Amino acid sequence: MPDKIKFTIDGKDCYAEPGQTIYEAAKANGVFIPVLCHYEGLKPVGSCRICSVRANGRWMTSCTQPVTNGMVIENATPEVEAYRKAIIEMLFVEGNHFCPTCEKSGNCELQALAYRYQIMVPQFPYLFPKREIEAFPGFLLEHNRCIQCQRCVRAIQTEDGQKIFALKNRSKDLRINVDLKLAARMTEKEVQKAMDICPVGAILKKEVGFRIPIGKRKYDQKPIGSEVEENK
Amino acid sequence: MSKPVIATASLAGCFGCHMSFLDIDERILELIELVEFDKSPIDDLKKFTRPVDIGLIEGGCCNAENVEVLRYFRENCRILVSVGECAIMGGLPAMRNLIPLKECLEEAYLNSPTVAPEDRLIPNDEELPLLLNRVYPCHEIVKIDYFLPGCPPSADLIWEALMALIHSQPLKLDYPLIKYD
Repeated sequence: MPDKIKFTIDGKDCYAEPGQTIYEAAKANGVFIPVLCHYEGLKPVGSCRICSVRANGRWMTSCTQPVTNGMVIENATPEVEAYRKAIIEMLFVEGNHFCPTCEKSGNCELQALAYRYQIMVPQFPYLFPKREIEAFPGFLLEHNRCIQCQRCVRAIQTEDGQKIFALKNRSKDLRINVDLKLAARMTEKEVQKAMDICPVGAILKKEVGFRIPIGKRKYDQKPIGSEVEENK
Repeated sequence: MSKPVIATASLAGCFGCHMSFLDIDERILELIELVEFDKSPIDDLKKFTRPVDIGLIEGGCCNAENVEVLRYFRENCRILVSVGECAIMGGLPAMRNLIPLKECLEEAYLNSPTVAPEDRLIPNDEELPLLLNRVYPCHEIVKIDYFLPGCPPSADLIWEALMALIHSQPLKLDYPLIKYD
């Protein structure tokens, strides 16, 4: 078995298995790196850029970049944090995120990151784009809240491997598209999985909402990432 | 030294933030020892009677009157604070930003099933403030110094922010205080 890789995050000595990405290795060493498009068990795509770090001085997405021996990583530095804050703010102004009306509020990863970085107001002007809400037999697709992370595209498939969610259009018109026939056949469990995997409130299971009382939701008391940081 | 003066206003809001402000409960007794109130729905003063130190703004700007009041506050307040989601991003009223104004008015006053046929009329009286094309966050109209998110911001957040401003101390922001809902 090859030896462990030694590297540093913000000056702290860390160790990784060969082949581990910076994100995975950081997590194993009790260091939180935020992710939005990445999800445990899915092939990383590195599209949201929120997990960017400076590795040996260069910007890299930590969910896709493997750790190498002696790598020097800057993670919680003012520069990297300011960059992440700007990405979160851009996501907030670029869609229509009305948190008070959202069923996912309190369990939303985008919102939780904004709480963690103590964003009181975005530095960019709100765009208020015109987006649709689509209804399917088991769920709603709220395009106002979608951040195009593609978690649903990668994670939700039929038993024979057909994708139910896909991307359509490009650039600012990029949208999640749903296969109507396959979506109609989704079981309650599959719909729940799709809703859970969505970092925001874009995929919503019908006929349930606001089930968990305020104060008991996932990110009400503790910031996102605190479970990672408690490891070390 | 005289006490700091506070003024408050509710623009395109629901008064929920003012209600949350009153949720400071018995701390209000402590507050009236520390500050004086000027123009506010709490004392119903219509005009400023002196220069104000801290202005609290609830709600965004959905009509010309909101803009006028907001500018009046900016001229008379040393520090202006956006309180709540509506002041910060437009909030629920800003949901109309996704629909053209004409369609909104037609739906509400002409086509809605609850409008009797003889009442079908879009209000257009010079007494009524003109609606803006969309709802604007306060900081897109005037300079805003501080922001307190929440729908409404909790009484604790409002209290901590006021105490920090009154005593010129940095704001202690415990994690559970920042909420957008």
